[in-house]
Amino acid sequence: MRKEELSLATLANGRALSLAALPLMSAAELALALREGLGLGLRISAYFGVPGEEGGESRLFAILADDERNRLFVGRAQTEGGAFPSVAREFPQAQLFEREIAEQLGLVPEGHPWLKRVRFRRSWTGREVWGPGILPGVIPEILPGVCDFYQVEGEQVHQVAVGPVHAGVIEPGHFRFQCHGERVFHLEIALGYQHRGIEEAMIGGPAARSIHYAETAAGDSSIAHATSYCQALEALASGPGHGSPPRAQAIAAIALELERIANHVGDLGALAGDVGYLPSASFCGRLRGDFLNMSALICGSRFGRGLLRPGGLACDLDPGLAEELERRLKAAERDSSGAIDLMLENQSVLARLEDTGVVPRETAIELGLVGPAARASGLARDLRFDQSSGIYRLAQIPVSTAESGDALARAYVRRLEVQRSIAFVRELLGSLPAGPVRAEGSSGPLAPDSLVVAMNEAWRGEACHVAITDGEGRFARYKIVDPSFHNWPALAYAMRDEEISDFPICNKSFNLSYCGHDL
Amino acid sequence: MIRAILERARQGYRTTRYPKGEPPALSPRFRGRPEIDASLCGGCGEGGNDRACAKACPVGAIRLDAGTPTGPNRRSGPRLDLGLCIFCAECERVCPERAIDFSKDCRLATRGRAELVLGPGDARIELAHELDAKLKRLFGRSLKLRQVSAGGCNACEADANVLGTVGWDFGRFGIQFVASPRHADALLVTGPVARNMELALRKTYQAMSEPRLVIASGACAISGGIYADSPEALGGVAAVLPVDLYVPGCPPHPLTLLDGLLRLLGRIEEGPR
Repeated sequence: MRKEELSLATLANGRALSLAALPLMSAAELALALREGLGLGLRISAYFGVPGEEGGESRLFAILADDERNRLFVGRAQTEGGAFPSVAREFPQAQLFEREIAEQLGLVPEGHPWLKRVRFRRSWTGREVWGPGILPGVIPEILPGVCDFYQVEGEQVHQVAVGPVHAGVIEPGHFRFQCHGERVFHLEIALGYQHRGIEEAMIGGPAARSIHYAETAAGDSSIAHATSYCQALEALASGPGHGSPPRAQAIAAIALELERIANHVGDLGALAGDVGYLPSASFCGRLRGDFLNMSALICGSRFGRGLLRPGGLACDLDPGLAEELERRLKAAERDSSGAIDLMLENQSVLARLEDTGVVPRETAIELGLVGPAARASGLARDLRFDQSSGIYRLAQIPVSTAESGDALARAYVRRLEVQRSIAFVRELLGSLPAGPVRAEGSSGPLAPDSLVVAMNEAWRGEACHVAITDGEGRFARYKIVDPSFHNWPALAYAMRDEEISDFPICNKSFNLSYCGHDL
Repeated sequence: MIRAILERARQGYRTTRYPKGEPPALSPRFRGRPEIDASLCGGCGEGGNDRACAKACPVGAIRLDAGTPTGPNRRSGPRLDLGLCIFCAECERVCPERAIDFSKDCRLATRGRAELVLGPGDARIELAHELDAKLKRLFGRSLKLRQVSAGGCNACEADANVLGTVGWDFGRFGIQFVASPRHADALLVTGPVARNMELALRKTYQAMSEPRLVIASGACAISGGIYADSPEALGGVAAVLPVDLYVPGCPPHPLTLLDGLLRLLGRIEEGPR
C-alpha cells in the first residue's frame, strides 16, 4: 500500500482546511486508516476527541505526520456507543493519546493494553470510563496517582515510590520503580498533578487570555507554543495580509533558537551536576541566565513572554538591540563551548553517561519520539527541516543526530544544537529582512468550520497545536500536544535494567515537561 | 584538571555584587512596577470598566470605580492589582492618554495581599517589611527553602532556581533550597495550586517544623493569574495556606524574588536598592 492510497485528507503544516473537505469516517474506519498509516511509517502528531454537540456522540480527529514528504494526514470519525477500537497494542505511540481520549470524553478504547487515567480528572461529557463506584450514579473521588501500577513479584523484588514532590526545584510527578536491589526492572510514571485545564479554557476563543495559555502551556517553551498558536490563528484569519511578515518570522526564529540554547545549556550543566562534575555545572547555570537575558533584551521577558502576537510581533528588534545581541552572543558562544567541551571531554563524565539510559532506534520509532530524544536515537526528525514553517522554509539549520540513544547521545545532540543554533542566530542577525513586524489588520474573524494544524520545533521537539472552529469562527476545540507527551514513555523505557542511581541522569538527559504534559 | 582550572580562570568571577553593589542591568524593555498617572486618565469609553485598559487586561487586574466622572480627574484613574497582573503591558499599549507606564523598578514583593493593589496616584508600593524580632533571629542569617510547584508552568520555578547559580548565589545570605520539607524554614510555592496538587502541598507544609513561612511567587501563586477562573485550580496559595510574602510577576524576575527575600530577612534597607 502507498501513502497516497490512505483514506485520509492531506494538509500542510500551518494551512487551514475546511471541515467540509474532511470525510467523516466510522471509528473502525479511522482505526484501520491509523493502522495503515502507522504501518507505512507515519507517526502520530495528534489524536484527540471533540465532544458531540448537545450531548451527542463524540468525534475523533487524528493527525499523522509524513516527514519525508512534508505533509500531514488528517482523519476524523464519528464514534458510536461510547467506544472506539484501540491501535495501541500494535502501535505503542498511540497508547497515551487513547488514554487521554478515554479520560476527556469517556470513550472506551477497546483492546487498550493498559487503560489508565492520564491527568486524574473528570470527563468533559459526563460519561466516565472508570467507575461508577459502589453507589449507582456516584463517581468515586479521583485522586492523582492513585491507580494500579505494573508490578513485578518475586523474592527480594521491591517497589520504590518517588513524588509527587521531589527533592529539587522540579515540577511534581509520581515515579514508581519495580526493583531488584539497585536494578530497575520497570518504571511507571503517573502525571497529572500540574493539570490546569488549558484545553477547556481555550474553547470559545480566541479570547484575551488565549495566547497567555499558549505561552504558559510549558513555560520554558513559551516561544515555541506561542509561535504555533499564532500560526494557527494566522492560517484561520480570513483574507490576505494576515501572515506574519518576513522580518517578524526571522526575529521569532531568533527567539525560538535562544530558548533552545538557554535550555540546552542549562540542562547540560544540570547533567554535569548530576554526575558530580561541578565546573561545567556552575558555568552552565550562569550561562543559561545569559541566554535568557538575550530573550529579555528582545522583548523584556526572560521567557519571551509578550513577543509573539497573531500577525507578527509585539515589538521590533531595533538596530541597537541587534548589535548588543550580537555582542553578547559572541561572548556567550565562547563561554558555553568552553564549559560544555570541558564536560564532554572529561573521561569520568563520559564514562557515567555512556550506555546509560539507552533508547534504541527501533524503540524510538515505536514510541513515536520527537525532538532531541528522537535525534539522539538516530532519527533525523526536526520540524525546522521537515514540515518547516516561517523563516525555516528559507533558512536551513543542520539536523543534529547521534546513533547510540544513550544519555551521552542526548547530551551530544544538545551540544551540537547549541553550536548550530548560535551560528544560525548570528546568520539571521546579519541578514534580517527589512519591513514591518506585524501584519495589518490581523485581528479579523476566523474562518468558520475549519481545522488547522500548526507545529514548530520546540527545544524538546514538536509543539503541535490543532484548532477547530465552529460555525461562528470560535474555537470548538483547541488541542495542544507538547513534545513531552510523546517522550515521557521513553524515559520509562530508558530506565529498564539501569540502576536507581541512574535515574537523575536519565531524567535530566530528557528533561521533559510536566506542565506541558498535564496542560 | 589543568583545563578545568584554566577554564575557570577564563570564565571569571560572575556573581553579582548586589545588594552591596549595583544590581545586574535589566533589559531596556523590562516591564516592572506599573506607574499610573491618574491625572492623565481621560476616561475613555463609557467610563467605569468599559475603559480601554480594563477591557484589554487579560486577567482583570484593572478596575475602575463605576460612576466616576469622565474627564481629567485624580480620582478616576484605574486601580491595578499586581497580584493578578502578568505584566503583559497590554493596558499601557491601549491607553490613549499614556496614563499607565511600566517602569524599570523590579522591587515588588509585599507582606500583605492588599498592598499589591495600586490605587490612582500611588507612587510606590508598601514593600515587604522584615520579620519580627524572634523570627528574624531564627531565619535572618539562615533561611532554608522548600520549593513546591503546584500547577506552575516552570517559568517561576526556573527563575527561582536561578538564584542558586553562581550568577546570584543566594547562599551568600544563608538562603538555600533544600531537598526535604523537614529541613525547610519556608515553603516557596509557585503555580495556581492545581486541584491535583492540593493534598501534596498541604502535606509538604505539615511536614515542616514550626515556625514556618510561606512565600507565594508569581501571579498564579498569588491570585491564580490567568488560571484564576479554572475549575482545575484553586486560585492561588492563600486558598490553602497562610502566606507571608507575595512576589508578583509572570514570572517574577530573579531580582524581584531576591529583593523580596532579603527584605523579609531585614538584609536590605528601604530605599533605591
